Amino acid sequence: MAGAAALLAGVAAPRLALADKATAGAVIRGEFGDRPRQRGRIAIDLPKLAETGNSVPLKIAVDSPMTDADHVRRVMVVAEENPRPRVIDAYFTPASGRAAFSTRIRLNGDQRVLVFAEMSDGSLWTEETEVRVTVGACEPPMITFGRSR
Amino acid sequence: MAQTRIHVPARAAAGEIVELRAMVSHPMETGFRIDESGNNVPMHIVTDFACSFEGEEIFRARLQPGIAANPYLSFYARATRSGTFRFDWVDADGSVYSQSGAIIVEG
Repeated sequence: MAGAAALLAGVAAPRLALADKATAGAVIRGEFGDRPRQRGRIAIDLPKLAETGNSVPLKIAVDSPMTDADHVRRVMVVAEENPRPRVIDAYFTPASGRAAFSTRIRLNGDQRVLVFAEMSDGSLWTEETEVRVTVGACEPPMITFGRSR
Repeated sequence: MAQTRIHVPARAAAGEIVELRAMVSHPMETGFRIDESGNNVPMHIVTDFACSFEGEEIFRARLQPGIAANPYLSFYARATRSGTFRFDWVDADGSVYSQSGAIIVEG
């Protein structure tokens, strides 16, 4: 029995996936607590399907006048199924002119990517998108093992 | 030593919003990778990026292992006057990489 348990523990893909979600939730709670958040104002440009998770182009734009009185302070990106779900925090000022940025991210398999935008008035906005990834960024053995591909 | 590459437009009109691009050559080791001999490759990333114009912050980012190797960022700045944009990257090993680019603002 102990042997079987050890074997099961070794095949940890589903367990790991659950742990990842919990971590993503913990990151978001730790950052924003239960502050109210509204859906919208954020445009996420991420492919629906990525051949490889090693480098996936991501573009985010937040609708804001970017004035001293009304601007985006920060954008946080969370990839739920990554072993470290927090991907980037981007900080803006009125001198940014436009609250938008592009980068390339790693994605460990199919997942939901969540984006949060904190405004200068303290309001919190969120948007999310789903992405399918043919080959995840985390190479064998531990993460992709057990996936039927 | 990591190589950096930036793009700053040479000229802009006053008030124009310009796109800036920055890249640094870096493996962004996640700490999750296992090498051919089965050893865990330790995490080694660029943790911070910042762009300023004549000392005023334009954009900055806190990077994580979820950013792909050779981190690339593009973002914007409102061109108000001629001057120099400074780009800084901070490596987790303590190194700082910097590059600057000038812009001429007309009108």
